[in-house]
Amino acid sequence: MFQLMHKFLVTICVLALLFGCATHTNQETLYEKLGGEAGVNGIVTAFIKQIGEDKQVFHYFKDASISRFRNQLTQHLCAITDGPCAYTGDSMIDIHTGMHITEKDFNHVVNLLINAMNEQKISHRIQNKLINRLAPLRANIIYI
Amino acid sequence: MGVIIKIISRLATLVFIFVATPLFAADGKLLATPGVSQIEGSGGGGLVPWAQLAGYASQDEIAANAFCSQAQLSDFRLRSCGAQLNLYDRIELSAAQQNFRVNALDTSIDQNIIGIKARLYGDLVYSKWPMVSLGMQYKHLNDTAIAQSLGAKDTTGVDWYVAASKLHLGAVAGYNLFWNVTARHTQANEIGLLGFGGPNQQTRLQWEASTALFLSRELAVGIEYRQKPDNLGIKEDNWSDIFVAWMPNKSLSITAAWLDLGSIAGNENQKGPYFALMGYF
Repeated sequence: MFQLMHKFLVTICVLALLFGCATHTNQETLYEKLGGEAGVNGIVTAFIKQIGEDKQVFHYFKDASISRFRNQLTQHLCAITDGPCAYTGDSMIDIHTGMHITEKDFNHVVNLLINAMNEQKISHRIQNKLINRLAPLRANIIYI
Repeated sequence: MGVIIKIISRLATLVFIFVATPLFAADGKLLATPGVSQIEGSGGGGLVPWAQLAGYASQDEIAANAFCSQAQLSDFRLRSCGAQLNLYDRIELSAAQQNFRVNALDTSIDQNIIGIKARLYGDLVYSKWPMVSLGMQYKHLNDTAIAQSLGAKDTTGVDWYVAASKLHLGAVAGYNLFWNVTARHTQANEIGLLGFGGPNQQTRLQWEASTALFLSRELAVGIEYRQKPDNLGIKEDNWSDIFVAWMPNKSLSITAAWLDLGSIAGNENQKGPYFALMGYF
């Protein structure tokens, strides 16, 4: 068991060293890493386009006002990435209650967001950090 | 009993591959998150069963998968083929057949394994705490002569395991980090290929672990470690490997690894390459 834990810890440390040094930057917020206001606007626009062209999940959005969705999502992404905004929209629970979103469709929307970020040339590592901030919201979105 | 197990596992494999293919096509999980198949047929890495259930089924879907793997060691060769059925991301049923070639004796050992795994808690990506599953592998050795000559007590055995795993998003400089720890209760000698139990029976709880870093959505590199008992008193070693897994889409994965399996039945320093191919339906 000791040997096992030792190997495990050594590996984690080596990985941390290998990849940790490469990104020793100043205290840039995730919002800034996404390209600030222009970057987030670009992601939201590409994401809305992805949803609009998608057969599997478009029906969840068909009654939504695009301009309202755009404004609220932009504000939410700004707030959740430590940008200079506060989210003033409805709670995730209020928005999604009654929509009965499945796990499968939720993951599909995550893929659409990844597609949007790829289109906007957001790097893999920055994408993961944004998804990490959004992941805890899932409990207040699916199967309600 | 052995014949029945053999028939069930072969039939199951055939049904999965030829009948199930057009019926399921589950894709409700994120790419690469279900992992691959381990050598005993359970969802996992190459050596270690993980908490994830094999296949892309979300809680509203059924998935079927099939795999084959081959490990080429200095004095042995292990082939393993099998399949899993994932029911609503809650229960995994698996069947595998292993063929273990012993070069020195110009013979081979066949073993059949049927497995079941239940997800008890959580989700690999989204839950706050690690995902936890409970699994069982029923193993039946078809070629028993070598096991018996080495002093094994039984030619069938049951392994129980509890596995915990988690994917940490962006955890290592923005890359996703995966880890799994498994505790296994087993009497198996060389995973059952040399029978079960023996004159030197030791503590039955064994620890296994894996960790991997996702370099992209499709590509992971990692290591595995599997502790093993030495019931036969022939210096059975713990196993380890370093692997690369490529999951280009939700239908296919290809795994390549380098194994270090130590001493097997007195043949020391068993190392070599491992390749596995898996189809997800």
